[in-house]
Amino acid sequence: MTALIEASDLVRIYQIRRGLFGRPHPVRAVDEISLAVNPGETLGIVGESGSGKSTLGRMLLGIDTAQGGEVRFEGKPMPPLRTPEWRALRAKMQLIYQDPLAALDRRLTIAAQVGEPLEIHKIIPKQHQAARVAELMAAVGLRPDQAEHYPHELSGGQRQRAVIARALAARPKLLVCDEPVSALDVSIQAQVVNMLRDLQAENGIAMVFISHDLKVVRNIADRVAVMYLGRIVEEASSDVIFQSPQHPYTKALVSSVPVPGKRLEGRVILQGEPPNPASRPPGCAFHPRCPLARDICRALVPELRQIGDGRTAACHVVTGETAAIAA
Amino acid sequence: MASIDLSGTLRAPRWYAVFITRLRRNLPFTVGLGILWLFAMVAVAIFADQIRPYNITAMDLTSRLSHPGGSKHLLGTDELGRDVLSRLIQSIRVSLVIAFGATIISAVFGTVLGFAAAQFRGFVEHLVLVLADFQAALPFLIMSLAVLAFFGSSMVLLVCLMGFYGWERYARIARGLAISAGAQGYAASVVQLGATPARVYFRHILPNVASTLIVSMTLTFPEIILMESGLSFLGLGVQPPETSLGNMVGFGREYLTRAPWIMLAPSIVIMLTTLSISIVGDWLRDRLDPTIS
Amino acid sequence: MIRFIAVRILRAAITILAVVTFAFVVLRMSGDPAQVMLGPDTPQESVDAFRRAWGLDQPLWIQYLAYIKSIFTGDFGVSMRDKASALDLVLQRVPATLQLTVPALFLKLMIGIPAGVYAALHRQSFTDRGVILLAVFGFTIPSFVMGLLLVLIFAVILGVLPSGGQDTWMHGILPTLTMSIGGIGILARFSRSAMIEVMGQPYIRTASAKGLKWRDVVWSHALPNAAVPIVTIVGFMVGSLIAGAVVVESIFSWPGIGRLLVVSVSNRDLAVVQCILLIIAAAMVVSNLAVDLLYGWLDPRLRSVASH
Repeated sequence: MTALIEASDLVRIYQIRRGLFGRPHPVRAVDEISLAVNPGETLGIVGESGSGKSTLGRMLLGIDTAQGGEVRFEGKPMPPLRTPEWRALRAKMQLIYQDPLAALDRRLTIAAQVGEPLEIHKIIPKQHQAARVAELMAAVGLRPDQAEHYPHELSGGQRQRAVIARALAARPKLLVCDEPVSALDVSIQAQVVNMLRDLQAENGIAMVFISHDLKVVRNIADRVAVMYLGRIVEEASSDVIFQSPQHPYTKALVSSVPVPGKRLEGRVILQGEPPNPASRPPGCAFHPRCPLARDICRALVPELRQIGDGRTAACHVVTGETAAIAA
Repeated sequence: MASIDLSGTLRAPRWYAVFITRLRRNLPFTVGLGILWLFAMVAVAIFADQIRPYNITAMDLTSRLSHPGGSKHLLGTDELGRDVLSRLIQSIRVSLVIAFGATIISAVFGTVLGFAAAQFRGFVEHLVLVLADFQAALPFLIMSLAVLAFFGSSMVLLVCLMGFYGWERYARIARGLAISAGAQGYAASVVQLGATPARVYFRHILPNVASTLIVSMTLTFPEIILMESGLSFLGLGVQPPETSLGNMVGFGREYLTRAPWIMLAPSIVIMLTTLSISIVGDWLRDRLDPTIS
Repeated sequence: MIRFIAVRILRAAITILAVVTFAFVVLRMSGDPAQVMLGPDTPQESVDAFRRAWGLDQPLWIQYLAYIKSIFTGDFGVSMRDKASALDLVLQRVPATLQLTVPALFLKLMIGIPAGVYAALHRQSFTDRGVILLAVFGFTIPSFVMGLLLVLIFAVILGVLPSGGQDTWMHGILPTLTMSIGGIGILARFSRSAMIEVMGQPYIRTASAKGLKWRDVVWSHALPNAAVPIVTIVGFMVGSLIAGAVVVESIFSWPGIGRLLVVSVSNRDLAVVQCILLIIAAAMVVSNLAVDLLYGWLDPRLRSVASH
């Protein structure tokens, strides 16, 4: 199966100035990341804030340009930002934001905004637009009478549904969801996630689901990539990664997720400071917090390599399924 | 409004609380008065030809410098026996037309430049900012005087010149709002939908920033009236035989001791008009955009 | 910080250059200098000779460079009316203008800011209403109307103050008053809204919640923060110390720069007009620069914003 979207060696560097007299120094928000998403598949990207996961999502869409590496969509390279080709490609890939209120124009009705992609990409004749908008709104569970409402008149969950309806209007092949439910009430999160999963299955959309919340990702992703300070540290299918995490960081993350009916056992509590992209430790970026860190971890950046079936990890210590983990 | 609860503890006397609530209830009343006055001024400007009792150059040599209140000349006459009321009506029309035209020119010009700066960034943005700096560095009155010195005064030049008044304010506002809208939020999300810049700016950003721009217009409008009347007062704006409010004050000044009404009538109109716009503009600002103070 | 200052200075320099360019362009657009200087009836040979002598036969950009060079060496040309150096004529008038504008600025600061701050601290009170009302009147009445009203009251009706001229200190009272009233209104209104905004901030609530004396909250927390926006307006007022007197000087026949400008404009004495233009622009640019730097000192956040 050929990948729908393929990223190779993506690099994104921000220039950050520290203090008044500080000279600009580069922060590698995304550091040589390669990944691929197949049609209809969901890739979960997990990481703490500052891990570069949102930047990665924007780079996959071509909203942030890569300083190194490239993104190929349907086998073709991403056209430059804001060119007509880039704009035309928006019909096939869409972004769902964390904050739906900010993503909606507060001066236009929900129906007008849901219908916008149809107008922009001239997908259907004007006279059929209203019907298609109604269909979309029904698909995301909005009431017909909410068509003429303004964003501030809806609840947070309803706004996010409207944003999703708008993203689906042009029948995209790829959705990038950047923390789509973290701004919502916990009770509504599950509804929206389930709805996203159903819509994705119905329409065969590929999805990149970015979140810091493992519970949500576990619920929706086929495959999961764990990011730490701009790099992928472990990637495997959802079941594998949640049942037998290998990378010490993944272990710590997974062990912190409560499983119904089980006591929290063998919980790995992370020591040290949370990651700061501006001062990245040498060697393996995770070594200051890693219980298994050895000398080599402080000196050499571990490469992402195959360990076991369908799993890659970047760790000097973890060598494969046979490796005894003495934690 | 957190400051109210806070300062409530230290605002001691309450004996005038009743008075304040009455004032507050009366506040819309002053706004109403302001709106009424502005409507009257606009009506006068539109129907100037119909309501003017005399031609503005018609001289009544038998009753020169006659006092206001007379049956023939309600507001008196000037040194040539010209009817002050008629000249006032014509002046209101001329001053308002110049101010309206100039406000619109400057708003359109400034907004377009501001959006251009936000869209293209880089060189265009620097150019706009340098121009805005330049405009802010030269007091407008001085720049106008220089241009008028070099080219001589004419009506067209005057309107164009006034049309440059305050453009840099719109440009700065439009640029700032467009950039912040584009960095995060609705504009970025529409760009991400694949919309063209024209659609982003005219369908989304413009309606969202319109209220702020309108508030800005209520600030520039009276300033343009004052600027034009100031220039005309100095004898460098509107030229005789045409007349404007400032022009009338300027000529009336010669007769300050003998016939102060020539100068007072247009002065009062200027004051009431700018005051009304100020009051109505403040009210509008509170209504349209609570975020700016 | 160094970068911040450098950027500001560069922008100020570019602004000055823009003003000089503006003067050059307007000057050239307004007509052939040879025709203007010599009059329409001059024979062609003398016009050509004049052009050669002044470099007017050179390409425009060489003329432009020569123009910039002469400006920066202090050569602003000769007044057509007085046949004297334009720069000398203008500099002679500076003290007279400052005699009006400096006391007026002092009045504006001493009355406007305290009135605004007081009104803000006593919101909705009787005094607050009064300050707002007076402030609105103060800046909606144009200075020429205000000046004439003051003349009408104090010189014509009461006869206690002279209506024009520069003979005694009494002559300075009405012009100074005229100039300060509008500025007091603007400053009062501005300080009031700046102060109200600051008083609504969480850190003020925190400061008073942790038991600081009210006086200390105002003096050490609120005022310094409200100062940032007020400084802008004050900077503008300082910058217009030279420019701000055009109308008032004309009303009161005060022999300052403003009156010279109006007279020169009427006479189309281009060298003098241009000289005044550049001096005023320089004053504005320098004070804007000072405000920017002061800003950076008052509000450290702006430094990092500016350097991006």
